[in-house]
Amino acid sequence: MLKVRSLRKVYDGHGRQVEALRDITFSVGSGEFVSVVGPSGCGKTTLLRLLAGLITATSGEVSVEDRPVSGPPDGLALVFQEYGRSLFPWLRVSANVELPLKAKGLPRAERERLVRESLSAVGLADAATAYPWQLSGGMQQRVAIARAIAFQPRVLLMDEPFAAVDAQTRADLEDLVRTVWQRFGMTLLFVTHDIDESAYLGERVIILSSSPTTVMEDLAIDLPAQRDQLETRSDPRFVELRHHVYAQVQKAKQSGSGAASREPGPAASSVA
Amino acid sequence: MTTVLAVLRRILAIFALPVALFLIWWYASADSTNFLLPPLKRILAAFPDTWLWDRFNGDVVPSLVRLAEGYALALLVGVALGVAIGSSRWLRSLVEPVLEFLRAVPPVALVPILFLLAGLGSTTKILVIISGCIWPILLNTVEGVRGVDPVLADTCRSYRVGGLLWLRTFVLRSASPQIVTGARQSLSVGIILMVISELKASSEGLGYTIQQFQQGFAYPQMWTGVLLLGLIGVLLSLIFRIVEAQVLGWYHGLRATERASR
Repeated sequence: MLKVRSLRKVYDGHGRQVEALRDITFSVGSGEFVSVVGPSGCGKTTLLRLLAGLITATSGEVSVEDRPVSGPPDGLALVFQEYGRSLFPWLRVSANVELPLKAKGLPRAERERLVRESLSAVGLADAATAYPWQLSGGMQQRVAIARAIAFQPRVLLMDEPFAAVDAQTRADLEDLVRTVWQRFGMTLLFVTHDIDESAYLGERVIILSSSPTTVMEDLAIDLPAQRDQLETRSDPRFVELRHHVYAQVQKAKQSGSGAASREPGPAASSVA
Repeated sequence: MTTVLAVLRRILAIFALPVALFLIWWYASADSTNFLLPPLKRILAAFPDTWLWDRFNGDVVPSLVRLAEGYALALLVGVALGVAIGSSRWLRSLVEPVLEFLRAVPPVALVPILFLLAGLGSTTKILVIISGCIWPILLNTVEGVRGVDPVLADTCRSYRVGGLLWLRTFVLRSASPQIVTGARQSLSVGIILMVISELKASSEGLGYTIQQFQQGFAYPQMWTGVLLLGLIGVLLSLIFRIVEAQVLGWYHGLRATERASR
């Protein structure tokens, strides 16, 4: 479904070259939920922007549904970290969700149905006529998720979508994403710097090294499909997996050259 | 009770100064024997006979129609060019020095040249209005288009929002606060140029009529024209505010929430 082979990205700017990604190879099967985690500054966002076709790789290949990515691929939606800035402040919630459907050229009745269904799927049926800035941060990110759902993507990419919301809202949104994924069955790649979140959400966790970035480990998360904030997080297997991911990310930070010294401690990454 | 008071206070705030100025003018000029500055009473008495309705239809309406045409064309061309220049770095570096040059040329200085090029008709007057109105709109649009949010731009790209839909719902709306700022500046420039364009080689219009009164020593009538111009300015800015509230309702709401959360 989603294949990444020997992906490398070097930013060229102001006479200085920055190697954001050195060598990334992995693949995600159809309908899989995969988390990508790594130390801060390891190029997670760069990776997502490459997958989304917003920037081009220095070398290597990305393909979605066996078609090489050269621009934004069909059937792929992206949820940004900056929810406040990815919604159009001059459009009401329903119009925000509807815009990509208009671009797709869907007929009005179809658009209205999709907007209604996706807003109620994220619990925002009542907020359709509000402006995004009238909503809380968590609700705004729900709108962004509703917009992605309504687009009916076969691949959904999420870039640290809950990094800027409070812990309680975050737990709700995590469960919402699991529910949405189970209900709509899209392939989901979820980038986060939060170790707990990566293990709680994914069927697999891809652990990235620090910059220059490679894939450190591709870890299967053998937890039951039905996840629960209390049950799952106290499950001994979850604790074990979480420890493992945590240790790996720590190792990545210590072995990392420049990135490790720039980032303070691991404290920021534990939420629960 | 408090709302009634608030409403009263607002009405007072709006009308206090105009009423005060009116009274000062009224009493200060009451015994004036200077024929350049006739009593306000005489000016007001002359108003209906001067403007209702022959001159209104024959002079005021044509002036306002030209203003509307020139302003609308300036908006259209200014926004179109502004979007083109604002979205292309290459084009911007090419035309920016020329824009600065053209902007610095006072439209009044162009009047004789435009008369030579476009003749003595309405077209020239409209061109004079455009030549002044276009700059604030154009330059503000360029700034607005340059300042679009990169995250929103990426959102449009990844959802493949392109073409006219992209232009209408993303670029123009993003730039709309700046476009409105430019349009507001242009409106006052437009009113001034509407008058100026009629001072030479003209046979009708508000500016022409006021000048005729002045040259014919009809000072009360001349002053009624000045008053009328002022009233037109107030009316147009009122209309502008109503339109702005429609177009930028989201922007003022957004700004208010940002201020409240700080």
